[in-house]
Amino acid sequence: MKVMVAVKRVVDYAVKVRIKADKSGVETSNTKMSMNPFCEIAVEEALRIKEAGRASEVVVVSMGGEQCVETIRTGLAMGADRGLHVITQDSSSLFPLAVAKLLQALVSSEQPRLLLLGKQAIDDDCNQTGQMVAGLLGWPQATFASKVSISDDKESVCVEREVDGGIETIQLQLPAVVTADLRLNTPRYATLPNIMKAKKKSIQRVTPEELNVVIGSDLEVLEVTEPPKRKAGVMVASVDELLDKLKNEARVF
Amino acid sequence: MDYDVVIVGAGPAGLAAAIRLKQLCDREKRELSVCVVEKGAEVGSHILSGNVFEPRSLSELFPDWKKQGAPVEIPVSEDKFWLLSSKHAIPLPSPFRNHGNYVISLSQLVRWLGTKAEELGVEIYPGFSASEVLYDDNRVVGIATNDMGIAKNGSKKSTFQKGMELRGRLTLLAEGCRGYLSEEVIRKYQLRKQSGAQHQTYALGIKEVWEVEESKHRPGFVLHTVGWPLNTKTYGGSFLYHMANRQVAVGLVVALDYQNPYLSPYEEYQRFKQHPSIRPMLEGGKVVQYGARTLNEGGFQSIPKTVFPGGALIGCSAGFVNVPKIKGAHTAMKSGLLAAETAFEQLAKGSEPAKLDSYWERLQNSWIWDELNAARNIRPAFHYGLLPGLAVSAFEHYISKGKLPYTLKHGRPDHLSTEVSKKHKPIDYPKPDGVISFDLLTSLYRSNTNHEHDQPSHLLLRDPSIPEKVNLIDYAGLESRYCPARVYEYIPDENEKLTLQINAQNCLHCKACDIKDPPQNIKWTTPEGAGGPGYSIM
Repeated sequence: MKVMVAVKRVVDYAVKVRIKADKSGVETSNTKMSMNPFCEIAVEEALRIKEAGRASEVVVVSMGGEQCVETIRTGLAMGADRGLHVITQDSSSLFPLAVAKLLQALVSSEQPRLLLLGKQAIDDDCNQTGQMVAGLLGWPQATFASKVSISDDKESVCVEREVDGGIETIQLQLPAVVTADLRLNTPRYATLPNIMKAKKKSIQRVTPEELNVVIGSDLEVLEVTEPPKRKAGVMVASVDELLDKLKNEARVF
Repeated sequence: MDYDVVIVGAGPAGLAAAIRLKQLCDREKRELSVCVVEKGAEVGSHILSGNVFEPRSLSELFPDWKKQGAPVEIPVSEDKFWLLSSKHAIPLPSPFRNHGNYVISLSQLVRWLGTKAEELGVEIYPGFSASEVLYDDNRVVGIATNDMGIAKNGSKKSTFQKGMELRGRLTLLAEGCRGYLSEEVIRKYQLRKQSGAQHQTYALGIKEVWEVEESKHRPGFVLHTVGWPLNTKTYGGSFLYHMANRQVAVGLVVALDYQNPYLSPYEEYQRFKQHPSIRPMLEGGKVVQYGARTLNEGGFQSIPKTVFPGGALIGCSAGFVNVPKIKGAHTAMKSGLLAAETAFEQLAKGSEPAKLDSYWERLQNSWIWDELNAARNIRPAFHYGLLPGLAVSAFEHYISKGKLPYTLKHGRPDHLSTEVSKKHKPIDYPKPDGVISFDLLTSLYRSNTNHEHDQPSHLLLRDPSIPEKVNLIDYAGLESRYCPARVYEYIPDENEKLTLQINAQNCLHCKACDIKDPPQNIKWTTPEGAGGPGYSIM
């Protein structure tokens, strides 16, 4: 069984994010980029499924400009077998629907039985791509996975999902889409020998045109601004003043 | 894994050496495998420097660096030098000759050098800390990276990965100032004794990069100040350089032989920014990055023998900073070039074991030696105070240029220079205003520093009882003041007794604690790879 994992290159989670001077987006030049943490968890899960003997191949796919190759190599260094790079002019026009359409095209040519993604990217927090691609493929989906178990006959997968009320356990027929949540696993370090081996693994390049997908701009970013600075607190002199402010300024009641 | 050359540290020296080795391979049609390990998550993550760059060594490495697009673009346009009092700024003639030099981000240049090195076939592995020197019968045969995935309590986590041995026919240590393995090797082979060198002396530099309003941006503007806020007994000064993209590098360097345990280099820097001549330059702007790093100030007198069996020290691990010029990147790169040329000769000849002895000779015949020798008496003169220091500097700089046959010695090592706290009074530093000056944790956030929290502390105490017995009582817990990352805090425990808490996760890898701790009880060791600051334009 083949497992495909979609990964995204984002600003590293430890970096303090800055807005570009023209407010068109977040500054990414001279900024450390890394694989989205939830995507790392998805790659780790795919590797564990392969190590448990339930999968024969793990393919890592990413979309965007040239630098995506670094992110794919990280996946290969963790242990994935092959990489796929969908080259686009620039990464900023790749909104979830476009990514979902590209993944749909890749799935139809690669024919994986399981498509793993991170639940959301830490740059846009969309939490949409997994759901959309499942819809486009007509596949069952299990999002916010905190546990994934492929059945012995590799025909179904049992997933524990973290939902608001607790944990929901569902069983899906394969092929299926699963998105990874934080507690699914702890990703492994890429060891030096594996990083060295990864250099020899293949990364196939493909364009949206070759996949017959038109990347339409269904969304347009108007402006990106910093959240308003937290205002200083105000010392009140009496309980009456507090009640007055709560009622008339904060409008709490 | 076996290599011909293993280099520890992907900084200016390490990468210059790696690149030169590969260039020689291309020229002489030979093959040598070169591996560089770097503890930062990316090449450049742990690089911090002023920086007014003298492109001399870069031109030796890549004569067409401009055409190749090296991020060295802003020539120095103005070179100012002020003596500050608390209210005034007195312009003095600039002792620097920065014509032909550039204002750069060294982190950015090092990243560029990294891509050039990889293009030439150098294998660079960021995210791996060299934590151990490998010896075979008194000869260095390589390094080992540290184990990853060890929990705070020392047990192995599910992500445990054993460290790896990287063996080299030759090993170059390019860890920067107060390098962890370099210090071990200097001690083991008594490299300072071998060259008759004095101890190394250091300073701590605290730096921010600001983004200022267009109207305030003067690309190539270079300013240095001395005087306020430091007193006449404390050596140091500030810098303010205008880079590209409306970015301004600004910082304060404080020599670590300061005597008052209540001094906080971080707070002195915050105070400096409020000076009436400095503040307007930053108003309306915002801080993009913050960081700190120690640098060598020992100069000529402190250069150890740079060659040991199986390898050599290059760059600031040996210590080639020209203190009066406040430049060390050019000499670091040159030392890398010299070591690489020697290494190539030896390995191409097939000598077993390969010896780098002629690197030490080449150093002494190079412009590094001439430069550092000419500048050797300037920093030590400040041991006598600010005014004698300025007087001797002027004399040496304009008249004698190091040619007179005297060599001033350094004072006591930095860790022995601190006086006990009862001889001093606490300094009442102004509160941060959140606009120009900031509290330390806000600044620390801007360094992008992080470490995997569930790992053993990389800051070791030789004797865990000493901080409360000595540092707290005699020196008022000075480490809680000089650390620019608030790693060391004295917190009352459940019995209201102050105990030391080490917040290793905050560490900026500056090495100030390893240098300044009076009982030399704190030992900086390298944490799990990929941790530490995330500098990109420092």
